[in-house]
Amino acid sequence: MKIQKRGLLLEWIVSKYNYWIYIFLMMIGFYAMIGKKNLVKKVIGMNIFQTSIILYFISIGSKKGATIPVMEHGHGGTIQAIQYINPIPHVLMLTAIVVMVSTFGVAMALIIMIYRKYRTIEEDEILKLRK
Amino acid sequence: MHLINPEVLSVIAPFEDVIIRTACRLLIPFIQLYGLYVIAHGAESPGGGFQGGVILGASFILLSLAYDVDEVRKRVSEKRNLIFCSVGLFIYSGIGAVCLALGGNYLNYSRLHHLLPVDPVYARALGIFGIEVGVGITVMAVMISIFFDLASKHEDPEEGTSLGMDR
Amino acid sequence: MKSIALIAVCLTGILLIYGTLDMPPWGDPNTPASLHVSPRYIEKTVEETDVPNMVTSVLADYRGYDTLGETTVIFTAGISCILLIRRFSQ
Repeated sequence: MKIQKRGLLLEWIVSKYNYWIYIFLMMIGFYAMIGKKNLVKKVIGMNIFQTSIILYFISIGSKKGATIPVMEHGHGGTIQAIQYINPIPHVLMLTAIVVMVSTFGVAMALIIMIYRKYRTIEEDEILKLRK
Repeated sequence: MHLINPEVLSVIAPFEDVIIRTACRLLIPFIQLYGLYVIAHGAESPGGGFQGGVILGASFILLSLAYDVDEVRKRVSEKRNLIFCSVGLFIYSGIGAVCLALGGNYLNYSRLHHLLPVDPVYARALGIFGIEVGVGITVMAVMISIFFDLASKHEDPEEGTSLGMDR
Repeated sequence: MKSIALIAVCLTGILLIYGTLDMPPWGDPNTPASLHVSPRYIEKTVEETDVPNMVTSVLADYRGYDTLGETTVIFTAGISCILLIRRFSQ
């Protein structure tokens, strides 16, 4: 019974360890977003969170023994779908990268506006000044 | 925690370095050439509009890191930058509207073979290249614009002078 | 405050790891993500569009309308940064 359980755990670890690494990175970013008080550190945490999601999606579309989704020259015969990795997560993640840059730019502009008004960018001092 | 006033910092220690200036002056044309290469070869190798646009924008950001930000901001005028922003998106929608005017769906590039002397399959490749150029121009202009907004000196609101588009 | 954040983060991490137990193994060619429309994009990209790069042909031709929306997103972000930061003299 114990040997069966250890075999199952090892099988989980070997086949899904990439998802677990990206979840660990996601949790680092999530902790930075809710645990830190400086506004710039929160925005950096948001950046780490979004990056880990992008890597997670790219790892879903990989196939064992396949090459990048650019057709090689001199490929005379038929193209088989099993030789190339899935291009659709790459396409969706290009959009996600662009959205990441846009939200980062607008967040930094909002932080500059908050600094102009309150002269500080620590969250607890801003909340005290608003009361 | 009080932040240091950035105007005081740039008066005490203005950033000038001969090595960085010379190295950037030598490197920036090659970076821009590489950015154009990545846009143009989006069909053959990994690359495309977004990637090449970011490389082109990064070359301007490197220029403004080596020299003074406000000096570069005067040379790369902001009105022209905004025009570039809109021209890229206009190229993209314009190609779609041309395909609509020639009788197909919106963004159906194979209808472009009525306009250009190519067959319908190659017309799709030309349509893809055209929209990649438009996307590259827009992404480059927006990268430069966001960097200049975030990194330039902001005048104090109590002083009264403003740093706007009145030049 | 930081200990509450740490507990919340650990709880979320454990729930997410429990959620990945149902996901397909890494590198499997028969995942549901690679079965429906993706083989058609891979096999027909050179004969329908003359472009060897499958990512560019899917991004700019098969899903070109989404790329138009994405370009509008980055254009809007640039415009909002300008409107937030620059002050125009009256």
